[in-house]
Amino acid sequence: MTSVEIDFDTVEQARRTPDEEQPFAELGLQPDEYERIRQILGRRPTQSELAMYSIMWSEHCSYKSSKIHLRQFGEKKPVSERVLAGIGENAGVIAISDDIAVTFKVESHNHPSYVEPYQGAATGVGGIVRDILAMGARPVAVMDPLRFGAADHPDTARVLPGVVAGVGGYGNCLGLPNIGGEVVFDPCYQGNPLVNALCVGVLPVDRLQRKEADGPGNIVVLMGAKTGRDGIGGVSVLASATFDEGSEQRRPSVQVGDPFMEKLLIESCLELYAADLIVGVQDLGGAGLTCALTETSASAGTGMKVQLETVPLREPSMSPHEVLASESQERMLLIVEPSRLNAVLGIAQLWGVLATPIGVVTAPEPGEKAGRLTITWHGETVVDVPPGSLVDDGPVYARPLKEPNDLPLLQADRAETLPKPADGDGLRALLLRMIASPNLCDKSWVTEQYDRYVLGNTVLAQPEDAGLIRIDENSGLGVAISLDGNARYARLDPYAGAQLALAEAYRNVAVTGANPVAVTNCLNFGSPEDPAVMWQFAEAVRGLADGCLELGIPVTGGNVSFYNQTGAAAIHPTPVVGVLGVHDDVAQRVPMGFSYAGDAVFLLGSTRTELSGSEWAWVEHNHLGGTPPQVDLPGERRLGEALGEAADRGLVRSAHDLSDGGLAQALVESSLRRGFGVDVELPAEWSTGTLPFVYLFSESTGRALVTVPPGHEMAFTALCEERQLPVTKLGTVAAEGAALSVQGQFSVSLDELREAWTGTLPRLFGSTISTNVVQED
Amino acid sequence: MKIGVVTFPGSLDDGDAARAARYAGAEAVRLWHADPELHGVDAVVLPGGFSYGDYLRCGAIARFAPVMETIAREARDGLPVLGICNGFQILCEAHLLPGALTRNQHLHFRNRDQRVRIENATTAWTGDFSAGQEVVIPVKNGEGCFVGSTELLDELEANGQIVARYVGENPNGSMRDIAAIRNEAGNVVGIMPHPEHAVDLLTGPSVDGLGFFTSVLKAITPGRRTTTEEVPA
Repeated sequence: MTSVEIDFDTVEQARRTPDEEQPFAELGLQPDEYERIRQILGRRPTQSELAMYSIMWSEHCSYKSSKIHLRQFGEKKPVSERVLAGIGENAGVIAISDDIAVTFKVESHNHPSYVEPYQGAATGVGGIVRDILAMGARPVAVMDPLRFGAADHPDTARVLPGVVAGVGGYGNCLGLPNIGGEVVFDPCYQGNPLVNALCVGVLPVDRLQRKEADGPGNIVVLMGAKTGRDGIGGVSVLASATFDEGSEQRRPSVQVGDPFMEKLLIESCLELYAADLIVGVQDLGGAGLTCALTETSASAGTGMKVQLETVPLREPSMSPHEVLASESQERMLLIVEPSRLNAVLGIAQLWGVLATPIGVVTAPEPGEKAGRLTITWHGETVVDVPPGSLVDDGPVYARPLKEPNDLPLLQADRAETLPKPADGDGLRALLLRMIASPNLCDKSWVTEQYDRYVLGNTVLAQPEDAGLIRIDENSGLGVAISLDGNARYARLDPYAGAQLALAEAYRNVAVTGANPVAVTNCLNFGSPEDPAVMWQFAEAVRGLADGCLELGIPVTGGNVSFYNQTGAAAIHPTPVVGVLGVHDDVAQRVPMGFSYAGDAVFLLGSTRTELSGSEWAWVEHNHLGGTPPQVDLPGERRLGEALGEAADRGLVRSAHDLSDGGLAQALVESSLRRGFGVDVELPAEWSTGTLPFVYLFSESTGRALVTVPPGHEMAFTALCEERQLPVTKLGTVAAEGAALSVQGQFSVSLDELREAWTGTLPRLFGSTISTNVVQED
Repeated sequence: MKIGVVTFPGSLDDGDAARAARYAGAEAVRLWHADPELHGVDAVVLPGGFSYGDYLRCGAIARFAPVMETIAREARDGLPVLGICNGFQILCEAHLLPGALTRNQHLHFRNRDQRVRIENATTAWTGDFSAGQEVVIPVKNGEGCFVGSTELLDELEANGQIVARYVGENPNGSMRDIAAIRNEAGNVVGIMPHPEHAVDLLTGPSVDGLGFFTSVLKAITPGRRTTTEEVPA
């Protein structure tokens, strides 16, 4: 064949034209990285190979800036016999009984969601669900921590409704309950919202799937949607670069989701696993086929011969490099023994899903350690690479770190010195303003757009402290998950900020009565090329790794999202931490709301004057400065153990974690949850001057608000004292529909509280779209 | 007693409906969209979800499924059929129930615990309730706004075909607050809220939904229907 007839680049052409200029910089590769590719191949890469290296060596896929820091999660890992698969797999797998395991992970889909909110968020859910599916698990629930710019900014009115509808549209249609998450507003996310998505799945321990493309002669099968031009360059163009004014033009880099196809894909995969029909499986997410082909072969040390033109295309004019880079959704790669191919194709057909053999696994050449990945396009070789060079031999950077210049001044500017209300009327008015503020107000406008009931195993969902899912209907075994992060704390001290996120998630799981066992994380930061951002990242990772070691729960997986900035302004460092806990019997779960008049109300933990970085400082004074609340991980552990034992012994009726907004917010949320008032008497030492304010709004950690049925008070306080856990009786639960009263200070009816708390989001976002006008004729 | 639950591609609440049938004391039998046989069931539930991805229009493709031909024929012979949410949409598309379900007036998917008043307790699925009884059942839909001409709505009222109405805030803009309707015979009921999600206090807001499933067990006489095939053991 002559070059005239071929309009795509081949290995033969690359050998013939070694000096042809290649657009490596446009694809996000550095000159030295390009040089290394030439060294590895002993020639210039073909267009397809260049595309593959550029995406596999992108920040998003290679973790080149974060790798040297993330090692700490392994080095400082606490001993746990529960972990069946950890970091490096698609998701961590944790045994929760002798024969049942769960797998969970959180990922980011930040940049696509800014460019195209609905599809960006929807495919964020779809992507994490396939990660869970690839481990052999049935996905059983999702959660979404979301962060937006200022609540009243016009662009937030564009981004938020689309993101929420996208999360709901995809998850609801997949039939996965959405059991929790976060909705946070801060101007630092104005040009860069954070859309993180978590999925949890369940599998029998002996059904754990592998991604290795073992067994030369085995068939490589692509199952699911056809491949189109959507999402080309998603990881390299979108996820690994800073935003600028041309961002709208990157819309073609966003993928388009089809949750119906994903639902069929889930059911087909689960049937394949149950019948033990496949050798290996890998989801197609960021970096599409490129990632799936190279990771499955590199991890097995095998090679592959792939006939790329057999890939079913949505758009027949696609070039080979586009097919390799496409991030079209709802696809999985299977490794199948030839004798089982027909059975596999039959199951796919039953569910109406395309499944196509596209290649074969090959052995290494004699004398070679690993195989080669060769890809042909209508008979011409377009790729011939060692797959490990894309997966394992990517660049690793020890980027420069430097504490942000403004940090000492920022930390010196403490919120504890700001003016504070000193009388009951002032406190009453403040409470109503605080609970109506965007970060503390009711989030029903968002969460009502998610199905929380489907599958019939949701025991607790938002606004409860943690989502709790029943796993085994007979034994009552279940898992609780919470995701938390406080970026203001992390801005003031990233080491402490990461630990505070961990502590909050740990506490949120513990208050439901569950035993925390594993951690996932999504680390959202600015550009790693900025030494100040890189310092924040390094500190946050160090803090999280140290914290997990101290609490004795390992990190089993996670995700790093860099380049979250528009222009020079990076977002606050935002480590979002997820903790998973095991509940032996979900019937013993502890909900957050007051539910019986006359129950005693206790505050567990110690209150200190800690207002820096607080919601109060931000809402009332637009202030961010000082140092965040003190981290007390041994205290968190004692609190968790006490609550777990109290739940097991049936000593507590409700428990609610204290976090943003402090005790005041916890009292309001616990009252409004089921409509019971509360009578509170502040401890004498906190009853004068501005101390009542501090007691109500300080954000000291390691605290929980607990109600105890009459007759159990002695046993409960004894249990706390045995563990040296400070316990303070605050008052009693009042009648249904009564008021929240703080003796000597103020009283607010539940109706007034509810009106203030629930009005904010509907007012901001309720009228951003027109309506379906339905009138009788 | 056997209650059949149909699984279409994209059905989501089929497992929940089967569980609710079991809680009520029935044997739940899974029916497959491509299989026209009903396997001797005494009643059928069309569950919630997004059958065939809700492409074209909710329920518009599902009505052509092989199993639906049999269900439509048997329903006209008196087989009790309950369509929940997407199942309600399918029953309207299949003309087993009148009217149509359109996009929620506020254009959002909405999931909340909804107070509903049972208006008619004489159907195959509501006999265990009393007329005027208020129950709490989760509602969760994006296209649950029931519409019909004024003549149709008047006719439904006059015939007692409105089975349940929303109490308090109407969650989707349904005309005359309609949450559920029945056919003239009363064996076919379509309901937008999800009774199968209110059968256990551990996982739902109430156990009010169980009444729909216990009702049908009393309404059916085993062996009354003649099936077109031998029932497999």
